[in-house]
Amino acid sequence: MNSAGMTTPVLEAHGLVKVFGRVIALDSVDLELYPGEILAVIGDNGAGKSTLIKCLSGVLVPDRGQILVNGKEARFRSPQDARAVGIETVHQVLAVAPALDIASNLFLGREIRRKGPLGSVLRMLDTREMRRQSSEQIRKLGIGTLQNIGQAVETLSGGQRQAVAVARASAFGSHVVILDEPTAALGVRETQQVLKLIRDLRATGKAVILISHDMPNVFEVADRVHVQRLGARAAVISPKTHTMEDAVAIMTGAKRVLPG
Amino acid sequence: MGVTTATDDGAASAALEEFLNRPPSVGQRVHSVLHAQPALSPAIVLVLACVGFSLTSSHFYQLQNLSLVAQQVAVVGTLAAGQTLIILTAGIDLSIGAIMVLSSLVMATLSYQQHVPGGLALLIGVAIAIAAQAVNGFLVTQIRLPPFIVTLGTLSVFTAITLIYAKGQTIQLAPGAFLLWTGEVFSIGSLHLSYGVVLMLAVYAVFTYALRFTAWGRHLYATGDAAEAARLTGIPVKRVLLSAYLVAGIAVAVAAWVLVGRVGGGDPNSGLNANLESITAVVIGGTSLFGGRGVVLGSLIGALIVQVFDNGLALAGLDPNYQVLAVGVLVIAAVSVDQWIRRVQA
Repeated sequence: MNSAGMTTPVLEAHGLVKVFGRVIALDSVDLELYPGEILAVIGDNGAGKSTLIKCLSGVLVPDRGQILVNGKEARFRSPQDARAVGIETVHQVLAVAPALDIASNLFLGREIRRKGPLGSVLRMLDTREMRRQSSEQIRKLGIGTLQNIGQAVETLSGGQRQAVAVARASAFGSHVVILDEPTAALGVRETQQVLKLIRDLRATGKAVILISHDMPNVFEVADRVHVQRLGARAAVISPKTHTMEDAVAIMTGAKRVLPG
Repeated sequence: MGVTTATDDGAASAALEEFLNRPPSVGQRVHSVLHAQPALSPAIVLVLACVGFSLTSSHFYQLQNLSLVAQQVAVVGTLAAGQTLIILTAGIDLSIGAIMVLSSLVMATLSYQQHVPGGLALLIGVAIAIAAQAVNGFLVTQIRLPPFIVTLGTLSVFTAITLIYAKGQTIQLAPGAFLLWTGEVFSIGSLHLSYGVVLMLAVYAVFTYALRFTAWGRHLYATGDAAEAARLTGIPVKRVLLSAYLVAGIAVAVAAWVLVGRVGGGDPNSGLNANLESITAVVIGGTSLFGGRGVVLGSLIGALIVQVFDNGLALAGLDPNYQVLAVGVLVIAAVSVDQWIRRVQA
């Protein structure tokens, strides 16, 4: 496990501020994510979790503050900018197109074209190559239940759809995967499958940010827990030294923890 | 027995296992085939209609008659290709026929009254159709108005502009004029096709390719299917939407040229029903009004079905109003089938 000061965080935020009209969503938030760890972000509704994640994934542009990737400042103006430096996000709203098949969804927004004039002039897609890479990705993640890569996503169960979204985020050489409430709509068994996927991501060396309401899940997989309260970071705790009760107390403001 | 579900603890009883693994029913199989092939049910309707009318009249299946059907379908068929793009984005274009008439009238008037060369008049007509669709696309994407309202408004605007511009006159171009090329007929044996039919088929070929084999096509489907998901994936949703209107504008322009060839010039009162006829063709062709589902070729089949009913009922000596009735029934049937197809169980 990594501790502060020893390694460079793969993703870092300093003093992020985001205001919507009169609503202060983020009030100078800091965050550090180290390589190969699962950082959970918890907090009450309206604590700024989703806004924080949207800033880190390029969906929103913060009003103030810095985002650093591997120690270097980065400015995200769109999800593509974040993706270009290896940050992939699975949003709470399932970001899959139900009528498109699994392979098309995995490659949505970064389709591969045929080589030669067919691709460069006629812009023809290389469907076969995309399907081949998709199958490989699905197999690597151990999602055996997804057999037919040409199947429409809407014919899949909730857990399988989430697996497709996770597969997309973990493919293409990403090194940070952000998951916003990935288990919110899932049953017990499917939740366990997704948690296993998250651990597998860590095992491949990726850093994961997991936003979740589900305390038992968070304490089951997270290495560190970032507690968000009233638009700012209230504390970073470890599941090893703190209990779920502590986390809830910090979240609600019943207990204060000095950072550090 | 406790309230455990077999899928959670993995210990399903043999009876449950057998039930879950039962072979799919006929209904489920039909459903999954139609789900994968949205143009299949209209294709079946077209074949059945052709067989039926061949039985009622020996004139129907003769190539001369089928040639006539093809020539008659060219205008609405081309227009429906453009309409398909917009409906695939979960939009609708009520003004598409009005834009076509405006564009065709400008082509004919420039050529006849201002003696502009045919090719240039054509290009100006194309530019007007694309510009008109750019207005629709701008209002939908930038001002964020619902496509139904936008095109309801522009339907009136473009119709009015057409009537003001035409001053109530019909323009008859001299035979052999360049713009009338789309109406010229060539023969392969006893099959007599106009160049307008060829242009229509070309539009379908290009659109099919773009939708099926390019990233733009995938993005268009994704935008119509789940706009928010597409946006989060990083697809420039607004640009894709705008491009759908602009590309539809090209189909409208081609339809306008085909219309000039068919009426022999410019007629402000031609194509009055083209707006709704194009929507009818798309819907009967299996494209979902909710967006993201359907194939452009289905719209050609849909347009052909309408034309075949028109032609077949006339040959059978029936009241032509039965065609209107049949089309109405088909539209409702097509939307019902779409509702059924979109309902999927995981």
